[in-house]
Amino acid sequence: MLSEGSSFVKGIALGGTFCLLLSLLGSFAPGMQSSPEDHHHHHIKAPTKDELQSLSDSQMVELSQRVRVYCVIMVQPSVLVYWSTAKDTWGKHCDQAVFYSSESAKALEAVDLNEQDEWAKLRKALKHAYDNAGDLRWFFVARPTTFAIIENLKYLILAKDPNEPFYIGHAMKSGELEYVEYQSGIVLSYEALKRLVNVFKDEEKCPERGRALWKLSEEKQLAICLKYTGVFAENGEDTQGKGLFNSKSVGSLIQDSMNKNNLDVVEGCCSDLAITFSGMSPNQMQVMMFGVYRLRPYGHNFHDSLIFLPPEGSDND
Amino acid sequence: MTRQRCCDHSDKEELLETRRGREEVTMKGLSGSRCCFYMGFLVGTLSLYFLRQVWFEMSMEPDVLGEGQDSSVAALSKKRQASDSNNWRMEGATLINLNHPHHIGEDSSVADELYRKVRILCWVMTGPSNLQTKARHVKATWSRHCNVVVFMSSIDDPDFPTVGLGTGEGRDQLYWKTIRAFHYALEHHGNDADWFLKADDDTFVVVDNLRWVLSNHTPEEPLYFGKRFKPYAKQGYMSGGAGYVLSKEALRRFVEGFKTKVCTHTTSVEDLALGQCLEKMGVLAMDSRDTLQRETFHPFVPEHHLTGKFSKSFWYWSYCYYPIVEGPRCCSDLAVSFHYVDAELMYTLEYWTYHLRAYGYRYRYRPPLSQGLVERQAQTERPTVGTAGRGRTPAGITVGGDGDQSKAESGAKPLSDKGGKETLGKIPIDNNRTAVTQERQG
Repeated sequence: MLSEGSSFVKGIALGGTFCLLLSLLGSFAPGMQSSPEDHHHHHIKAPTKDELQSLSDSQMVELSQRVRVYCVIMVQPSVLVYWSTAKDTWGKHCDQAVFYSSESAKALEAVDLNEQDEWAKLRKALKHAYDNAGDLRWFFVARPTTFAIIENLKYLILAKDPNEPFYIGHAMKSGELEYVEYQSGIVLSYEALKRLVNVFKDEEKCPERGRALWKLSEEKQLAICLKYTGVFAENGEDTQGKGLFNSKSVGSLIQDSMNKNNLDVVEGCCSDLAITFSGMSPNQMQVMMFGVYRLRPYGHNFHDSLIFLPPEGSDND
Repeated sequence: MTRQRCCDHSDKEELLETRRGREEVTMKGLSGSRCCFYMGFLVGTLSLYFLRQVWFEMSMEPDVLGEGQDSSVAALSKKRQASDSNNWRMEGATLINLNHPHHIGEDSSVADELYRKVRILCWVMTGPSNLQTKARHVKATWSRHCNVVVFMSSIDDPDFPTVGLGTGEGRDQLYWKTIRAFHYALEHHGNDADWFLKADDDTFVVVDNLRWVLSNHTPEEPLYFGKRFKPYAKQGYMSGGAGYVLSKEALRRFVEGFKTKVCTHTTSVEDLALGQCLEKMGVLAMDSRDTLQRETFHPFVPEHHLTGKFSKSFWYWSYCYYPIVEGPRCCSDLAVSFHYVDAELMYTLEYWTYHLRAYGYRYRYRPPLSQGLVERQAQTERPTVGTAGRGRTPAGITVGGDGDQSKAESGAKPLSDKGGKETLGKIPIDNNRTAVTQERQG
């Protein structure tokens, strides 16, 4: 009896271990360097204070050197006012802000893509960004009608390794496809961009001119191409689960909150460390600079783990 | 055979059959322990497989977007209702603030100190028809930062609550309401506050910044602060819409003036009339601008001051006591008030002031505190200039900015590095901060 019992137990143990081994082996598909868990978690949360404080000083140094953002700002002459506003407002907070235009404009400097098709423009711009990244490892793609707070973006991705594929923003779902909404800004890590640039060469998986009967928007095209390389859209959230990427303006979100629950309008609106808003006029963006970078109540201090200095030669922040 | 197919779901039935088969074989006399071993193997594999599936699904659950958010908002709503009664004590029509609103994760020791030392009574000029459309939003936002709040109306309303001043409504009643409101404030709350703020129900006030402005002054002096206008009064007077503040002594003199008939109801232009009365009573109209001469009280909305161009024929040009500045320098970082603020902008301003910030951003303008609070400040500032609670200078800094700049200066620099680079500048741990900001502003 005893020998049978112990055999049984040995069998269970061996069977269990074997099953685990097989599942681990099964996840080792070629080209994927990280465990599947990363890509099935569809939310990226900002680090908590405790997490940051548990890091050593040298780790913080390393992180602060790593978290530098290359802004890819897709413009065209028809939005000249927004273009110049982005340049004069949030663009100054990028480590490098490069404007990519469909055609050249005399008034403002940009990389002339000489292209009208939205998806083709985006491809060219991303390829150019990848080639010219220097030592920058994070990419933020937006149109100038979006307003971004780059410091809060850096905070979100602070503890993330850019050598892992990340594709972050306001994650939306269209049927089976999860994609990041263009209007609220798209964040790509270096690895994600590398894979993307690679898959651009594959006309089957990632064609330059869409072959479908209906034309897919460029944000969805991007998601499809990235999906082929094993990179999935993730929703950027703060430590309380509030979305950090917004496709509406502050005023609009406040209005929504007012219509929903009268008692907690501000709490129910948006995150304290929101990264993007959209749909504001150029003047409103200037006011945002005041609201984000200047206006504050005296005597309230946040002992943040990093310090970001204001940009040179600027007076609206 | 079994081993190759262990984790394949579709072969479960086959496995069960095989197991049955084995049992039969066992009954035919194969060694019992061997059979148990195989059975154990199967059980272990299958159970771990299912366990893994379950664990996997559980880790996917947070994918339900939005649900979590809704429930937390509802919970907050309930909390706010509860905390409303924890935050205010109603004394008749007056709201006495029990707690200074706090934010998670912030160190508001300096603000709390100012809250205790610079006590402000805020009275809000409103009327019965404005309670639900305007005054309600004032109550939900900035008035929570005052030490004492009173909503002044023509009629008593015990629910809101408002004080009934016994006047009529309308522009011609404004000065009557003001006179009675200040009398009420002194009579009922003369000892509960040091400074007395008047605001409209479409004024937004950053009370913490008002405390900073007032911190260098004593309420025993006859002083009054606001957005200073120049015409009609020698020393000027303060705009009513942008809000103005009287020291306790100034309020005493105002009330005294009416008692002795030195002041009377001269005109319904409330701000001018009040200014003229105060001038007669020897109250000084003060300069409320910040250390860089930027205005703090504003008679219009932020967008108007920051981006608007006032036409040269606009009355504003001839009214302002100090030179008008358009563009970003119009307004202090430590702005105190804005006017013509509708409901949506009230909450938006509350969000910008008390909630939305740029993580880790070091403000360009970091003004000094008054002498009385200096010692306490020096103690709390050391860790602030360093990093969060480590008690030593941080090793990590990132320079935000354009290409060249970041190339030259990127990477970690300890804050104590006083190298000649302009962006780092001097980061004093003493109180000599004005020097740094003045250098920067050049």
